[in-house]
Amino acid sequence: MSLNTRRVIWAYAFLLIPLAFFLFIRFAPTLFSFDVSLRAFNPLAEVKPYVGLENFAKVFKDIGDPTHPTRKAFENTFKYVLIGTPIQLVLALGIALLLNSITRFRTIFRVIYFIPFVTSAVAVAWVWRALYMPDFGFLNLVLGLFGLPSQRFLLDINQSLPSVTAVVVWQGLGFAIIIFLAGLQAIPETFYEAARVDGASRWDIFRHITVPLLNPTIVYLAVLQTIAFLRMFTEVINLTRQGDGGPLNSTTTVVLRVYREGFGSQNMGYAAALTVVLFFVIMLITLVQMKFLQRRFEY
Amino acid sequence: MATIATDLAHNAPAPARPRPKMANVMAYILLSIGAIGMLVPFFWMIATSMKTASEILKPQFFPANPTLENYQTVLTRTLFPTWYVNSLLAAAASTISVAFFDSLAGYVFAKFNFPLKRVFFLLILASLMVPTEMLVIPWFIMATGAKLQDTLLGIVFPGLITATGVFMMRQSFYGVPDELLDAARIDGMNEFGIFTRIAWPLVKPAVAAISIFNFLGNWNAFLWPLIVTSKRITMTLPVGLSFFSGEAGSDWHLIMTGATLSTVPLLIVFLFMQKQIIQGVALTGMKS
Amino acid sequence: MKFRKIGLMALASLFVASACGGAPAAPTAAPAAKATDAPKPAATAAPAAGDVVTIEYWQYNFQARIDAMNELIKQFEAQNPGIKVVHNSEIPYDNFLDKIAASAPAGVGPDVATMFNGWVPSWVNAGYLVPLPEKDFPPADIEKNFTSMVQGTKFQGKYWALPTAVRSLALFWNKDMFKAAGLDPEKPPATLDEFVDYAKKLTKTEGGKITQEGFAVEMNGQAHQWFREILTRQFGQIPFSADNKTLNYGSATACNAWKWLTKFETDYKTGSNDLFDGATTAFTNGKLALHIDGSFRLGALAKAKDLNFGVATLPTKDGINANFGSFWTHGITKKGAADPRRLEAAVKFLKFITSPAAGTLWVKTTGELPAQLTAAADPTLQSDPKLGAFAKAMGYSYATFFVDETKQRKNLIDAFDAVRLQNAEPCAALADAVKKDQALYDEFWAKNK
Repeated sequence: MSLNTRRVIWAYAFLLIPLAFFLFIRFAPTLFSFDVSLRAFNPLAEVKPYVGLENFAKVFKDIGDPTHPTRKAFENTFKYVLIGTPIQLVLALGIALLLNSITRFRTIFRVIYFIPFVTSAVAVAWVWRALYMPDFGFLNLVLGLFGLPSQRFLLDINQSLPSVTAVVVWQGLGFAIIIFLAGLQAIPETFYEAARVDGASRWDIFRHITVPLLNPTIVYLAVLQTIAFLRMFTEVINLTRQGDGGPLNSTTTVVLRVYREGFGSQNMGYAAALTVVLFFVIMLITLVQMKFLQRRFEY
Repeated sequence: MATIATDLAHNAPAPARPRPKMANVMAYILLSIGAIGMLVPFFWMIATSMKTASEILKPQFFPANPTLENYQTVLTRTLFPTWYVNSLLAAAASTISVAFFDSLAGYVFAKFNFPLKRVFFLLILASLMVPTEMLVIPWFIMATGAKLQDTLLGIVFPGLITATGVFMMRQSFYGVPDELLDAARIDGMNEFGIFTRIAWPLVKPAVAAISIFNFLGNWNAFLWPLIVTSKRITMTLPVGLSFFSGEAGSDWHLIMTGATLSTVPLLIVFLFMQKQIIQGVALTGMKS
Repeated sequence: MKFRKIGLMALASLFVASACGGAPAAPTAAPAAKATDAPKPAATAAPAAGDVVTIEYWQYNFQARIDAMNELIKQFEAQNPGIKVVHNSEIPYDNFLDKIAASAPAGVGPDVATMFNGWVPSWVNAGYLVPLPEKDFPPADIEKNFTSMVQGTKFQGKYWALPTAVRSLALFWNKDMFKAAGLDPEKPPATLDEFVDYAKKLTKTEGGKITQEGFAVEMNGQAHQWFREILTRQFGQIPFSADNKTLNYGSATACNAWKWLTKFETDYKTGSNDLFDGATTAFTNGKLALHIDGSFRLGALAKAKDLNFGVATLPTKDGINANFGSFWTHGITKKGAADPRRLEAAVKFLKFITSPAAGTLWVKTTGELPAQLTAAADPTLQSDPKLGAFAKAMGYSYATFFVDETKQRKNLIDAFDAVRLQNAEPCAALADAVKKDQALYDEFWAKNK
């Protein structure tokens, strides 16, 4: 047996388990998911007959119904993305710039801003739920100090979604800051010096050097955060009363609907169809983002 | 790439620039305000965990008579210790598997050539496209079919090998000189030995990074453990806390105690290892 | 190192084997080794020839019920040395339905299970339950010996489950608040009109904020049951058609009841479930004067040492008494019925836990009420200061035939939220909720001709 052949065999041997894993844990279940979405799938029942595209028809019918939770779930999910991602990126960039500009205590600040990111989302959600409580929650106490009226936050139909968004943004800020910091520190100092020699103002430098050179980082974070918002589940189920995504479905997300329909009402076919739709939405949005946000440049 | 990572590790200070003193002070002030915003919820959580039940509906930040009674209650009369152990076992099992198999696969893709290499690589890449939310239903059906609910294997099996880990390790192994490996081959070492004794030790930082990440991700995982466990004694910490809070309903002092117990240990670990963790995070950012 | 790799390969082949087992497995003959997961000492898995039969019983995690059931099991096993009952009560309430659903295809799970009465139709629908064998549980006897609520679970002409105990609703009131407001602390409001009056009198505000609530509507608690089964009847509308196929609680008459309820938050402003962390919490912490809740709340209230409260029957209107009952009921699963010896054991167990003696024991431990009429008629029970109110109401309590209790509850919650948060017109919001409920029922009956 030639040396090369032997090495190829070793390669296959090494890859055997990982590939088998991906096949059985990722690939096959994906197909399985499509299969379930084509059936009337009640786990309690013996027979789970094929019903063609009926589940998908129901999903789209529900999306067309303005008060249906599924429709609200998609609406809310998009709102989370459109509100949450920009705010988080802007805040994170701002803080990263500030961090980059100071010389002392940088490590301490970095650590502090990163702490929420390593804590459990469940714990964070319950803490914020208490902070948001009307009248005697901490946030309302602070508002009271400034003479402002008590807000209902999570219990208010208009404030609920922003309140949930704030929690998610708060927790994810640290990660984005670190990535931005790395990106900022990768920009060679010579660029700045050259610009300053040319008499550029700080704002000009920021607009024409920093931001464009940070573009890959911005795209990376934007895509990551968008996908995270599209898949949001843990925060909503722990921040709302009985995990219902309310009030009046104002905070519910697609994944929460999947969980409730599939594991609560035993409509796994419908739930699987929802996940398939979500999958395509994620793919589509990711591709669009990468296409439109990415800019090349020459140095 | 490596230089940036090492830069971060050494916390290279920003290049000195002439800056107005005022702007500097402003920066510190703003950052401090932000830092307070980051920390206040945790302080509140800890403060409330030391309050008595009747103090919850009262508008005050600090407890009148701080008590550790809630901790005693939660640690002895609830399943928190069990949940800790479950989370620890699950995260450890998963991390060990990931550290080994992700490295192995990454090594093969970096250092070997063989037919179908691209196909296999694309297969693993494609798996990244599919969100886990789409897989939980099939996983659930598979797990119940194999009677894996409420078992350790049931909780960890979806995450035993990760595509991102494979990619990261592949990147790292590119940096290992082929000459070293060839030299070992000439010496008669078999391929597995070369992997474990020569190549793997050279990429320790990357292994550490994916291990830490994996441990963290597993520790905080919620959706899948929620679905695959049905009994309270088999729950992991996040799931247990969620149920505990739902059942404790209005016992916010106990809920905050639970939240503190869930948060503080990991926080302490983080504070000790913050350099590596943050470095690891930055590394993943580089891989965009 | 090699060893580890082999070990891991073995693990992988386990995956392969298990992943292929994706299709629902056939029910196993002997109970699976789930016994090792149960907190109780495990029973032997396979019965030796002719000896002990092991059956598995599941209920959701609720301490009082667990204690009561453990006691019953102890007595049952003592009387039936050939039968061992494995008690799984580890599953939290929120999870219970789904986890039973998960165990069904895997052929594990209970032989006897406790389910919410509202779930019976859907479990029967899914083929999970077997009808109670008529020779052991003659329908005539059931109708004679058990509260009429039980007939609410009759489905397709058969009985599928029997309860040990039932719960109904009652009025809770804070006696200290009554005294402070100049009301007789021993005389709760007896009519709906008095109820409104008292609620207004008992509300205190300070600087625009409510500091003491007179009455708060807890839609996600029992208020939706109060509306659907009780208030509607008191305002002159029977909520369901006799065959449970047509829903009438969205009619104009029913809407009068609905408006009566919504006014507490929209007009009188006597309180809201948004305040004080929910009505039940508010009442337990002495922030709410009047509260409508189920008998199962007594356990939690007993722990509130500073709370001086009373329990009374629900207020009437035009002399119409009505109450809502719900109950957790025990049935035999398909798995239990698969093996004749296990079926026999399951039947024996079921008879035991639904006997009047069991009902009486249950009351002592859980504060629920016995489902058996003889036990409920017990004079000590009727005169009990806390339970008496519930016991008396058993005679006119109605259980709802739910098709999807979670969704039906949510539809009313949403309607109520629409009225109080979005200023929706009450009758329109109600009609919308009922329309959604009706769709659920239509879909259900279409599958169950």
